[in-house]
Amino acid sequence: MIEVKNLTKNYGNNKAVDNISFTAEKGSILGFLGPNGAGKSTTMNILTGYISSSGGRAMLDGVDVLENPIAAKRKIGYLPEHPPVYGDMTVEEYLRFVYALKKAKLPRNSHLNEICELVKITDMRRRLIRNLSKGYKQRVGLAQALVGNPPILILDEPTVGLDPKQIIEIRSLVKKLGKNHTVILSSHILPEVQAVCDKIVIINKGKIVADDTAGSLSEHLGSSSTKVVLRVEGKATEIEKLLSGVKDVVKVFTGAVIEPPDVREYHVESKPDTDIRREVFRRLANRNYPVLMMRSNELSLEEIFLRLTAGDVIDELKGGKA
Amino acid sequence: MTAIFRREIKSYFVTPLGYVFIGVCQIFSGAFFFFFTLTSNDADMGSVDFSPMFSLMFFVLMVTIPLLTMRLLSEERRARTDQLTLTAPVSLAGLVTAKFAAAYSIFLISMAIMPVYGIVLSQYTDALNWFTLLGHMTGIILLGAVYTSAGLFVSSLTENQMVAAILSVFLNIGLLLTNIAASYAGVGFLADALRSLSLLERYERFTIGMFELESVLFFISVVAVFLFLTVRILERRRWA
Repeated sequence: MIEVKNLTKNYGNNKAVDNISFTAEKGSILGFLGPNGAGKSTTMNILTGYISSSGGRAMLDGVDVLENPIAAKRKIGYLPEHPPVYGDMTVEEYLRFVYALKKAKLPRNSHLNEICELVKITDMRRRLIRNLSKGYKQRVGLAQALVGNPPILILDEPTVGLDPKQIIEIRSLVKKLGKNHTVILSSHILPEVQAVCDKIVIINKGKIVADDTAGSLSEHLGSSSTKVVLRVEGKATEIEKLLSGVKDVVKVFTGAVIEPPDVREYHVESKPDTDIRREVFRRLANRNYPVLMMRSNELSLEEIFLRLTAGDVIDELKGGKA
Repeated sequence: MTAIFRREIKSYFVTPLGYVFIGVCQIFSGAFFFFFTLTSNDADMGSVDFSPMFSLMFFVLMVTIPLLTMRLLSEERRARTDQLTLTAPVSLAGLVTAKFAAAYSIFLISMAIMPVYGIVLSQYTDALNWFTLLGHMTGIILLGAVYTSAGLFVSSLTENQMVAAILSVFLNIGLLLTNIAASYAGVGFLADALRSLSLLERYERFTIGMFELESVLFFISVVAVFLFLTVRILERRRWA
């Protein structure tokens, strides 16, 4: 279990991490989400004792990182943003080195075999790490974090540099590991966090802007309105009138022509917690307007994220113009 | 700690660095031994005086030991492997000691040739004093420890190993300067103080065959100070 309380890190006057608090329960995966430079890596570096905080506490299974660093470090497997691998060693040598470094107790050969199977690097064990591709280096980095089977795993963007198939493999691996480890995973890829994590902490400019489960995040922010996106062929003015007439509809936006002569996209906003799709279909079908596509648009994490950080984006745009 | 020590030793021999260092030391000490001891003075008499060789090695080591220490900490930082070693359950003091011990071991391997020179010389003369040679060797081994710790310290200051090597040479020259400063200070307390801090001064007393416990303690203290400073630098970076 990981408890972070009022953690702060200053670099001069710049607050890289500003008074953040969160907890991650044992056997759960916490997603740490934020744009580049939000303070994700800084927080992880503090948790692992690589750098110290300027204020606040970080407790790993009840052990304070600052007060008892060695005991805390024994509990952690850490995959930093750049896998900390030595190019001049083979994968085998490297894992044995990490095994000795962490003073792992498990039987060495079977333990390392197991890890190599898990991250699928068994065929690479005799290769020099320098000659491996980015994806394999990343996996060796992950293997390193797993050595000694620590109860807490801290993974900083574990899927960066992997191809889509590997990404799916690593995600399902992390999910599997999350069952009996406490995992913190950072990412700026939103669907990834949505797919893997039980709980999400969104961080921006060193501050936590949201802290919730993936589902309830979209519930909170999505409740302001419900949106349906349609693609319909026909005369725009008439379709717009038709859609506006549907019960509970608040607003209709008409998009530009997508396929000539007049297939357009329509965004229909209705009151919260209403479902207008059936009624929309009936009305359009009655008037013989073919519906080419219709989807109800639940707020994706991407949109939540943009909403939460929108203030900054606008500020930045203004700043850029001035 | 032993894991780091073993990894470092291995890495000296994966890259040419370890071989080059040992080779260069052999070439220089061998040449000095040949020209200044074996074939110097009266050709028929030979000489049992090792001091020219040992005092010249002072300057060779000043430049070559930085090659051994330059990448110890700088390279870890550049390649970000320090995120592994500094987040592993190892104390900073343990890490620094292991790195020092690895580089120092390579140096000691290259010094293992010294008794061989004694054996060679003893084939030609009975006048060889083994205790004097032992004194010389103690001196050079202590000097190597000072240079190794100084190089390790400099390596903790930068991410660039070339910068580390160059700065280490300058630091070693700086350590030498106390001697020159002492000679300008003339006589008196200041001169004595500077002279007592001078590595060369103390080292040369070993090369003329004087074995002083005070100097042994001095060298060991300098090593301890550099290792301590290295730990402090690593610690400070964590707080920066």
